[in-house]
Amino acid sequence: MSAMAAAPEPVPTPASGIATGGAPGGTLVEVRDLVKHFPIHGGVLQRTVATVQAVDGVSFTIQRGETLGLVGESGCGKTTVGRLLLRLIEPTSGSIVFDGVDIASFRGSALKPYRRRMQIIFQDPYASLDPRTPIGDSIGEGLRIHGLGSPAERRAKVTRIMDLVGLAPYHARRYPHEFSGGQRQRIGIARALVLEPDLVVCDEPVSALDVSIQAQVLNELKALQRELGLTYLFIAHNMGVVEHISDRVAVMYLGKVAELADRREMFRAPEHPYTQALMSAIPIPDPELRRKRIILRGDVPSPVNPPSGCHFNPRCQLRAELGGPEICATAEPPLLDAGNLHFVACHFRGAAASGGDAS
Amino acid sequence: MAAITSPADRLIDPLTTTRTASLWRDTLANIVRQRNARVGLVILGILLFAAIFADVVAAYNPDKVLFDQGIKRLSAPCIHLLGCPATTPEHLFGIDANGRDEFSRVLHGARISLQVGFLTVGFAIVIGSLLGLIAGYASGRIETVIMRTMDVLLVFPALLLAIAIVAALGPGLINAQLAIGIVAIPVYARIMRSSVLSVRQSDFVTGSRALGESPIGLVFRRILPNSLTPTIVAGTLGIAGAVLDVAALSFLGLGAQPPTSEWGSMVGQDRGYLFTAPHLVFFPGVALAMTVFGFNLLGDGIRDALDPRLNR
Repeated sequence: MSAMAAAPEPVPTPASGIATGGAPGGTLVEVRDLVKHFPIHGGVLQRTVATVQAVDGVSFTIQRGETLGLVGESGCGKTTVGRLLLRLIEPTSGSIVFDGVDIASFRGSALKPYRRRMQIIFQDPYASLDPRTPIGDSIGEGLRIHGLGSPAERRAKVTRIMDLVGLAPYHARRYPHEFSGGQRQRIGIARALVLEPDLVVCDEPVSALDVSIQAQVLNELKALQRELGLTYLFIAHNMGVVEHISDRVAVMYLGKVAELADRREMFRAPEHPYTQALMSAIPIPDPELRRKRIILRGDVPSPVNPPSGCHFNPRCQLRAELGGPEICATAEPPLLDAGNLHFVACHFRGAAASGGDAS
Repeated sequence: MAAITSPADRLIDPLTTTRTASLWRDTLANIVRQRNARVGLVILGILLFAAIFADVVAAYNPDKVLFDQGIKRLSAPCIHLLGCPATTPEHLFGIDANGRDEFSRVLHGARISLQVGFLTVGFAIVIGSLLGLIAGYASGRIETVIMRTMDVLLVFPALLLAIAIVAALGPGLINAQLAIGIVAIPVYARIMRSSVLSVRQSDFVTGSRALGESPIGLVFRRILPNSLTPTIVAGTLGIAGAVLDVAALSFLGLGAQPPTSEWGSMVGQDRGYLFTAPHLVFFPGVALAMTVFGFNLLGDGIRDALDPRLNR
């Protein structure tokens, strides 16, 4: 909203405490109260008849050099958060502070220097490359757009980055259809990294790949992060993948952050009932062990008309256990820190049994 | 490959040296692979040859009246090889009502028809695609204005609208082409808009935007090249229609004016002699039919070659 480069002043929102992450690199991104409502047009006059509340007040920070995992089921708004962060879609309200500057209201050419510093890796390696462009040109596109270096220097840079992701120089003249899914994903990674960005939004970068290739690509992403000092926002729905790559994890449900914590903390002691249900769905690779599964009832409610109060309340097993307290349906629980930078948005935090443990 | 290769040679993938991948080359190979398309190419090749070398191949000036050479008007074809007496001068397709050599006129007609086909469709594609591109990318009010205008044009039967336009502009080959071109614009605008709508949603366009590409760059470097295929296919198929439509206007006397040797107007002017001198209607008619046939075959071939579902 406001174009002011907001110095993170103490705003009396519950989320403001997140600003002080404490990681060595300092804060690279601070998102506060980010909202995106997509209008639905209907009728003869194409008037707005409803809004999809895809992202409904999301706040978090990403520290320099860390990987923030963002999980949630389909339609919870995690991809939208990623695109909002990159300013690929216009936020309805809220602020996105990137390296100290609020870029939420920037437009056009004002955004260009920031485009250079944030990049995206897509889910579908078949759709993310221009089928009519040789991959060398695709990878070097960023350099061309920002007019970096002479053509020879660009070629050298492209060759270097291709080598970094395990592609040979002679691949440069080939077209995307001549590569396998895993190779294409590497090309996508090279394309995103050629500008040496600070932040990379990985939008489910391995969900479209074979399991064997998934591990390869994940490890490569990790290695590249170390080598180039990258910061990742890693969007995924696979808890195993998120546990493997993240430093901290945020769980989203229906356009809101339900829980945000250090990875170990999150997987050891999830506190939000929704997170506990998610955790209970992770398979254990041991036939002798049985997990107490928490089966959620019903489907995710429509983001057009989300439930009042806590968005999770109609499906919440904890609320059912507690006999359906009124507050869950009337008041929206704030995302609160217990002191150890473990944020949970639940009125009955602490009352939750640790349902995620194997027994 | 018995030669000893140096280590550097062995590093190079042997496949790359044999396979230079180019989408256009692949497409061309795919076209040539189809029998129908090959037939179309041959027909159009002959036509192109006739158009380019009409002056060399044709023995007579198409507009020249030959009465001074002992010629009777409306004479049937005289071919020496087929037993026509050597005393009469050879006229492969006979003589028309004004004493001109029909063969030369048909050959020169190829020139006009080819030019008409490419110019008309080219004009319609350029204007239509541009409008479709703007409508598809801009969306909102601009899109509404452009597409509703196209809908209005589509409401009228094409030939009727073309006749109205020519009537307003005055008869003539250029005006006939313009009319047929204008009538065809909405078709290409719609095709272009629909493919732009799908392409602009794709990840690689979003990716280019994330890299900082400007809207102009996005439209012309990413969206346009990837939206062009359906328009090209429609265009090749549309050439046949355009040739036919302009011929129809000429037949009605609204297109090419005498003495221009245009197939449609030749058929139109000589249709009164259908029973006394059928060759005057037959030869230009066949030429027209073959042209349309050739473009249709090639158009089908291009469509099949560019359709990913039929590929490999």
